[in-house]
Amino acid sequence: MVAPETQGQKVYSRPESLTVTPTHYCPGCTHGVAHRLVAEVIDEMKLRERTIGVASVGCSVFAYNYFDFDFVQSPHGRAPAMATGVKRTLPDKIVFTYQGDGDLASIGMGEIVHAAARGENITVIFVNNTNYGMTGGQMAPTTLPGQKTSTSVNGRDVETQGFPIRASELIATLDGASYVVRRSLNDPKNIRQAKKALRTAFEVQQRGLGFSFVELLSICPTNWGMTPTQSIQWLEEKMMPFYQLGDYKISQAVAGLKF
Amino acid sequence: MARQLLKGNEAVAEAAVRAGLQSYFGYPITPQTELLEYLSHRMPELGRGFVQAESELGAVNMVYGAACTGARTMSSSSSPGVSLMLEGLSYIAGTELPAVLVDVMRGGPGLGNISPSQQDYNQIVHGGGHGDFKMIALAPCSVQESIDLTVLAFDLAEKYRSIAVVLTDGSIGQMMEPAELPEMRPVKFMDTDWAVRGAEGRDRRFLSSIYLDPPQEEQANLRMARRWEEIEANEVRFKEYYLDDADFAVVGFGSAGRIALSAVRQARAEGIKVGLLRPITVNPFPAKVLKEVAKKVQGMLVVEMNAGQMLDDVIRITNNCVPIEFFARLGGVMPFPEEVLVEIHRLAKGPLTTEGDPRSRWLKRASAAR
Amino acid sequence: MPAKGWIVVSDLYCKGCELCVSECPQHVLALNMDRLTPKGYHPAYQINDGCTGCATCSVICPEGAITVFREGPNKVTRVNVQEA
Repeated sequence: MVAPETQGQKVYSRPESLTVTPTHYCPGCTHGVAHRLVAEVIDEMKLRERTIGVASVGCSVFAYNYFDFDFVQSPHGRAPAMATGVKRTLPDKIVFTYQGDGDLASIGMGEIVHAAARGENITVIFVNNTNYGMTGGQMAPTTLPGQKTSTSVNGRDVETQGFPIRASELIATLDGASYVVRRSLNDPKNIRQAKKALRTAFEVQQRGLGFSFVELLSICPTNWGMTPTQSIQWLEEKMMPFYQLGDYKISQAVAGLKF
Repeated sequence: MARQLLKGNEAVAEAAVRAGLQSYFGYPITPQTELLEYLSHRMPELGRGFVQAESELGAVNMVYGAACTGARTMSSSSSPGVSLMLEGLSYIAGTELPAVLVDVMRGGPGLGNISPSQQDYNQIVHGGGHGDFKMIALAPCSVQESIDLTVLAFDLAEKYRSIAVVLTDGSIGQMMEPAELPEMRPVKFMDTDWAVRGAEGRDRRFLSSIYLDPPQEEQANLRMARRWEEIEANEVRFKEYYLDDADFAVVGFGSAGRIALSAVRQARAEGIKVGLLRPITVNPFPAKVLKEVAKKVQGMLVVEMNAGQMLDDVIRITNNCVPIEFFARLGGVMPFPEEVLVEIHRLAKGPLTTEGDPRSRWLKRASAAR
Repeated sequence: MPAKGWIVVSDLYCKGCELCVSECPQHVLALNMDRLTPKGYHPAYQINDGCTGCATCSVICPEGAITVFREGPNKVTRVNVQEA
């Protein structure tokens, strides 16, 4: 059926801030959704010419290939520090990091906690898929108790491998953090909520209201060994009870925000 | 500008400010901390970027971020802290960005102590993190030279899109000496075609040290290697003392060179024809002049505050054409001029040999003495 | 009369992940098992004209592969109208 493109009203199309490059992410990986939402927010806020993204190391290491604005690549775990360097040098630019759970909650825990404690005026997008994706599905700080990964083959044993870290709750305890929320990319309703949160986060930064942090629950079909739709179900049944969605820190100034 | 009595670390900090330092990121570690403390008020006072980072690891990555914008940026630390920075230095080098690091060396390895040493010569000249890259390394021996070499470090870093290290030590950082500070230069971004400052009215840019395709990584490495040849050809600096008619030559950089100079002067007064070659750029190393000196003297004495790191370079470069002796104090102990004088007397008395290993000869003597 | 819409799925981006198929409220999407994209995926496609242009598929699509059109009586709801 040939769609009569010309007469109809275009209701949605790929955001301008995404490059014309197909991503390397696995089919169904919701990193793609996160990328799309960031690009939509940057388009809507007309920030493309003022934004500098800081890519981390993990599946999203190639994020700079997919966003059509300036980007820099940080060493594993160091994105918040690198973003600090950029922002302190270019205070009028919009600076955000895009990090996975291995990058942020493991090797980069020192950097993220102190960037938040300093109240750096940057935005951190934290994609939590409970494992190290790029390197083939190892246990991460966010791996659930009992969850099988390539380095917890019999399921994560909390006795010897410790407990998962809820990053949003942890960051929310820091006075420097102004906006800390957890959303999920598992269905259209939550995706729309996630976009609102990302929009708020960039508004917080644009108005100089301090450190903003959006955690996004995300699926990893390949390393979880499931289809995308099964992965969505696993996220809903297993991740959501442990990683509760919600607003963990909204400073007074942010609460009063109207846009 | 008038000469003032200045403390090494603070002089270097102010020199960087006057060289147009736009953002500084550091962390407390003796014997370098005064540099951080000074900039903690001086930089905000001038409306420039300053962060005391969570660690040296955080600090160097903040420098990496700032360097991406084409701003003059710097960090400073001491031996153990610099070890934490090696990952970041490799990334900065791999992205071919200008940046300055001040390394105020202290006794090591490990926690070591807070006394001055030269034990990180290899870490900076031959090491510096993973991958094929080199860093320019400038070794001052006084507060004045620390000032001048800090300004030079920024200029060289920018000129060659490289990392320039001011390789000093705790004594130079902590002591006070009369010195003259340079004029204040305006802060300005480098106008480059690579800096990332927001894609306004131009295509987007991205800065990264990733080259997934090996042939492209090879091209990047070749580009850096060619650039290093250019640096070697144009940026070697050293100082010669009493070498014109010298029968013997002492080779020493930084504080060791300065202490050796006192001994050389004393020996000259006693009629011994000895001179001093003091490398200022320890990377690129002054190989040409070293070879020239080696041809015209009967023997060389290498003096260092480490177990013979520059010694290995001197041996390699002179390639057995001159007998070499070695003297060192380790672990943060600084030699006295009198100790170096004893070694000059030994050199002058002989016998001299190109056989065997100067380090093991020194080790026997050192063990016997202590 | 419900709004009438249609979608265009880009062969460049679609990876046949089927998320849109399961989320489409009108169940008008399926993977086209007779065709492969240059990358070797079976792309999603519209199997009949029941599409209302609600754009739910474009919200779930991880690749931004779907462009959604709508014509018909009611007002266009501004989701994210981009002029090509």
